[in-house]
Amino acid sequence: MTGAEAIIRCLEAEGVTDVFGLPGGAILPLYDAWAEHEHTIRHFLVRHEQGAGHMAQGYARATGKVGVAIATSGPGATNLVTPIADAYLDSTPIVCITGQVPTHLIGTDAFQEADIQGITMPIVKHSWLVKDVTELPQVFREAFHVARSGRPGPVLIDVPKDVQLASFDFTYPRQTDMPGYRPSRHGHPKQIITAAEAMIAAERPVFYVGGGAVTSGVDPAELIRIAETLQMPVVTTLMAKGVFPDSHPLCLGLPGMHGSKAANWAMHRADLLVACGSRFDDRVTGKLSTFAPGAKVIHIDVDPAEIDKNRAAQVPIVGSIELVIPKLADAVASRQNGGPPRAAEWLETVHGWQREFPFRYHRGGKLKPEFVIERLRDLTAGEDVIWTTGVGQHQMWAAQYLEIDHPRRWITSGGAGTMGFGVPAAIGAKVACPDAIVINIDGDGCFQMTMQELATARMYGIAAIHVVINNGWLGMVRQWQELFHSERFSETNLTVDLPDYVKLAEAFGVAAFRCETVEEVDDAIRGALACGGPAVIDARVDREEKVYPMVPAGGSANDIIDVEWAEDDNQWVEEGV
Amino acid sequence: MTSDMHTLSVLVQNRPGVLTRCAGLFARRGFNIESLAVGPTEETSRSRITIRVDCSQHSVDQVTKQLYKLVDVLKVSELGTTAVELELLMIKVTSSPERRPEIISLAEVFESRVVDVGPEAVSFACVGPPDRLHALEELLRPYGIRELVRTGRIALDRDGELGQRRRIRVVA
Repeated sequence: MTGAEAIIRCLEAEGVTDVFGLPGGAILPLYDAWAEHEHTIRHFLVRHEQGAGHMAQGYARATGKVGVAIATSGPGATNLVTPIADAYLDSTPIVCITGQVPTHLIGTDAFQEADIQGITMPIVKHSWLVKDVTELPQVFREAFHVARSGRPGPVLIDVPKDVQLASFDFTYPRQTDMPGYRPSRHGHPKQIITAAEAMIAAERPVFYVGGGAVTSGVDPAELIRIAETLQMPVVTTLMAKGVFPDSHPLCLGLPGMHGSKAANWAMHRADLLVACGSRFDDRVTGKLSTFAPGAKVIHIDVDPAEIDKNRAAQVPIVGSIELVIPKLADAVASRQNGGPPRAAEWLETVHGWQREFPFRYHRGGKLKPEFVIERLRDLTAGEDVIWTTGVGQHQMWAAQYLEIDHPRRWITSGGAGTMGFGVPAAIGAKVACPDAIVINIDGDGCFQMTMQELATARMYGIAAIHVVINNGWLGMVRQWQELFHSERFSETNLTVDLPDYVKLAEAFGVAAFRCETVEEVDDAIRGALACGGPAVIDARVDREEKVYPMVPAGGSANDIIDVEWAEDDNQWVEEGV
Repeated sequence: MTSDMHTLSVLVQNRPGVLTRCAGLFARRGFNIESLAVGPTEETSRSRITIRVDCSQHSVDQVTKQLYKLVDVLKVSELGTTAVELELLMIKVTSSPERRPEIISLAEVFESRVVDVGPEAVSFACVGPPDRLHALEELLRPYGIRELVRTGRIALDRDGELGQRRRIRVVA
């Protein structure tokens, strides 16, 4: 068997059914084998390798399976760098397979040669350059194991062209041989009991749930059991949205820079933070030295390096969240023993903030982006919807106004903040979950970065809906310029009409809708939902709307800037609908 | 946070790129490597990297945990103050034939060995604890040091109770 065919057999052995890629010289033998041999894997031909990487990410995050992206050497491989970095920061399991120039040309600056293993070294969980074809099966076995286990992440396998062409006897190994790689799993039983006791004793606890809870595949019912037993308010970070139901009365939603006042104030005044798969990211904490000044910290994470990294933990628990949380729930329940939770009064306070300061916006005048997102939410209520986003204002509004009650139904670029993530991520998610409605809430700046993947969507009939929240600006940058740079709008004006998103979509053969007024929104959404194929909605919104509340970078929960709000504005909201 | 010197002994699998991965990690997380020595161990499949860094204890704990995340890293130990630490220094000193005996006898006090003698310079090799090498260097400096090279220290923990090896771990 050739190395090229062996790669296909390795993918089959790992249960891979879908891959995303684009061929080129150094990966040609693999694509030749793809066409020559019978196999069970679907390949989606993308229009740019970055698209392949983000599609693999969307696929992985919608399912928990490992996503696979394929590219050729040199520029093909470097186009995967952004998705790899994104997957690294958001702990997404993907395997990237890149072609490489033949082994005898490595190091000679050959045509389309790039040291992709070297380039990606700081942003992969691990990587391999396969110089001997007989190593291929072992490498693939280990690569998938590393990508999906422990704290998941991206891995890279670089395969020179001559290795793809070489022949050998193929057998797929049953075991990995990695003495240096043994992720902790179970969590120390004593620490779990210590944590449970601290949680019961706390008067102002906050459950600070992060993306690690989603990647671990924890049963949301167990998170709910802990929160309900203690009547403990829950904040879910941008990466965790949905793992604890947004509709649950204990859920305060998003903390951090554009989080709710209730979430930020609760963390600020807490006497105990139960961090669960969260990493005290600067977008959550603001200024670390003033973040949650009175709180003890219980920190549960599968990655020991997250413990004490940004914030010291009094009770560290290293283990897989899906295994630790049920044990913690048992420990809490048995010690609480049906008694009244100590935090009841605290919850009253927090709910007071929540009632007084909901996410809100002024509805008069031009079409507001928040309104479009609310209508998307309401017109799909009760359906199985997967939401993806780009990065910026639209992402924050989506995080604030969508209500998501299940994990893996919210796919956004959190750590890296990768503009252009939304379109390909939605395509990948739709491939993974064809029965779900997939809606990409995108910005006009983001959309233009990866919009060529509409061709991929059209070619395979991948019916995700892409909603361009079109304000004609690099909106979040503009917001910072308005608030912090004396309204010098330096190089952020994209203009609303360039391109014409409806004509653009039509050129791709994709259904297109436009809305510019409140009245047109529902028709556009209904039209896109009903069209049965990929669709684009050009939602032309108020160009000057800003995301509030906002904790300025490096600020703390006491520095929140909020939308100006008069008493009678609430009344006005009711009338505005 | 106090800043001071730490010696980390990192046992790794002898695979391509492992040194780059370890060294790159230090650079990426903003640590300055004071010295680094790498070589084979008692098992051919394994190498040991001895890294000397100047940073706070908190940073050492962080970088240790980050090192453990590298798939090819088997074990990370921070060596205590009682560890045996040695380094090799080679030094070429300006020396006219008249001064040669003086310089050589000086160097011999430090158990250095003459490795080369030329018309205008003499070269020594010296193995010892880093502070002794430093003393030798300072003593020879007035004569004119032409070239100097050091290997970076390698270290072994003492056997038994004297050993202060800290194996850094988080409660799992």
